[in-house]
Amino acid sequence: MTDLTASSVPVTDVVPTRSRFPIHIAVFLAPALVIYSVFSIYPLIDTIRLSLYAGDETGARSFVGFQNFHTLLTDPNWSGQFWNALRNNLIFFAIHMVVQNGIGLGLAMLLSLPRLTGGSVYRTLIFLPTMLSVVIIGFIWQLMLNPLWGIAPSLLKAVGLGSLFGPWLGQESTALLTVSLISVWQFVGIPMMLIYAALLNIPDDLLDAATVDGAGPFSVFWFVRLPLILPTLGVVSILTFVANFNAFDLIYAIKGALAGPNFSTDILGTFFYRTFFGFQLQVGSPTMGAAVATAMLVIILIGVLIYLFGVQRRLQRHTF
Amino acid sequence: MTIRPGRIAVHFALILYTILALGPIFLILINAFKTRRAIFADPLGLPNGQTWTTIGFDRVFANSDFGLYFFNSLTVTLVSLVLIVLIGAMAAWALTEYRFRGNTLLSLYLAIGIMVPIRLGSVSILRMMVELNLVNTLTALILVYVAQGLPLAILILGEFIQQIPKDLRDAARCDGVSEYRIFFSIILPLISPAIATVAVFTMVPVWNDLWFPLILAPGDGKQTITLGVQQFIGQYVTDWNAVLASLTLAIAPVLVLYLLFSRYLVRGLTAGAVK
Repeated sequence: MTDLTASSVPVTDVVPTRSRFPIHIAVFLAPALVIYSVFSIYPLIDTIRLSLYAGDETGARSFVGFQNFHTLLTDPNWSGQFWNALRNNLIFFAIHMVVQNGIGLGLAMLLSLPRLTGGSVYRTLIFLPTMLSVVIIGFIWQLMLNPLWGIAPSLLKAVGLGSLFGPWLGQESTALLTVSLISVWQFVGIPMMLIYAALLNIPDDLLDAATVDGAGPFSVFWFVRLPLILPTLGVVSILTFVANFNAFDLIYAIKGALAGPNFSTDILGTFFYRTFFGFQLQVGSPTMGAAVATAMLVIILIGVLIYLFGVQRRLQRHTF
Repeated sequence: MTIRPGRIAVHFALILYTILALGPIFLILINAFKTRRAIFADPLGLPNGQTWTTIGFDRVFANSDFGLYFFNSLTVTLVSLVLIVLIGAMAAWALTEYRFRGNTLLSLYLAIGIMVPIRLGSVSILRMMVELNLVNTLTALILVYVAQGLPLAILILGEFIQQIPKDLRDAARCDGVSEYRIFFSIILPLISPAIATVAVFTMVPVWNDLWFPLILAPGDGKQTITLGVQQFIGQYVTDWNAVLASLTLAIAPVLVLYLLFSRYLVRGLTAGAVK
């Protein structure tokens, strides 16, 4: 009995001190929380709020509910551009998923071969373009593909493919593919590095066991290594998705805000910029811009949610 | 087990891809030092006694404030990095070291910024900066970049702080050292290796960004180097010497820094990925 009462005393003693929030924790957290909340979370929420308003010429704003979204999705002046940008963005994303992540996976497989000489040199050099500004990369490729300079056609001619060359960035049919491949060229280092790190983490015993059991290199890849790096492929996919649906710099640098020819390289980022700031004869509209941004936010959130609740959960169940 | 022809094919493929990755950059660098005639007559040749010229660089320096843009980029990037590391480490420390109500909720709240791009809030950010009278200032850029970089930095630094042995802080606490001194004198010096990792994820996007300089600080001599090059090339699009020189000036510092520190950057990237 005495033991019980004795041990309950310190507990009641502790409760009042713990219920007061320790001041040093608040001091450590405050700067990060304030800057992050004011300049990141608040603008996002305020953008969503603004998307429900409409402004007139005098600058006065009135609440219009979902009218802006209705305009965006159905008004012929807006919806054509919106759906075009969304469609182009999906193509942009699909090309990255297949080509960028495919090449990244291939390079990572080669680099993770045991006892490969010069592996770190290859890794460092192949990753290099990723470090440069998208704008610089855009200009570099614009020069490379410029028919005036003629580097691309003469190189193609050297390998016997000269007839394939065309003004790829200027043609409506090839501009989007070309821009996507330029972006793929720059960012292939990221999936390469992430997948390489995941491959290194696979214990050698597993691979040896599979080889001893008579699995060839192809079966080892398909049945042992690939399932084990699926979570990383999931991370790579969602990173690609968010980056692609947020892209702007490359198109703006190469094709300008109008994303020509004839909007064939227009993606949501450039569409958002034009809506917000205006172009040529159209006046920019902050509230319509906010509506486009909110639509992009919804698209990105849908992607992230699909990843978190669909892909990631299933993958974790699969691997462990 | 290793078959020689197979290895040769592997190296062949890797060398081929490395050439594809570096070729365009290399071509820009060599042609920036050649005369206009040589740029077109022999684009693949190295500059020699006859073709060597720095006229492009002279024109860039004469017609734009490249030094200033470079200084702006440097200021924004370094101040942002210092703030992100310092403020981020403080928050990461609080979230990993102390158990308190709302800890998990706060961690989740901070994680939103990893997945949701802050760019989508640009309409409101610009409005806010106009009201605060911060348009065309480097302060506006720094504030936005710190807010953008914090979530990932807190995640990385938190994992790093967890690996620091508990004995260190417990010993300090027994000696009656205050929580502030434990953080600033013991923890902060210990996390300096993590700065390389944080730098990969925060500095590079900040240095290279076009979007926020374009909407928040497009003029008044507050352009960053990325925006400066974009504006310069837009104006001098037909002057090949000047265009190539401006691209070279933008590439060179990043190239030098990357080759110097690539070991740490690559290690940071792969280590961050494993977690």
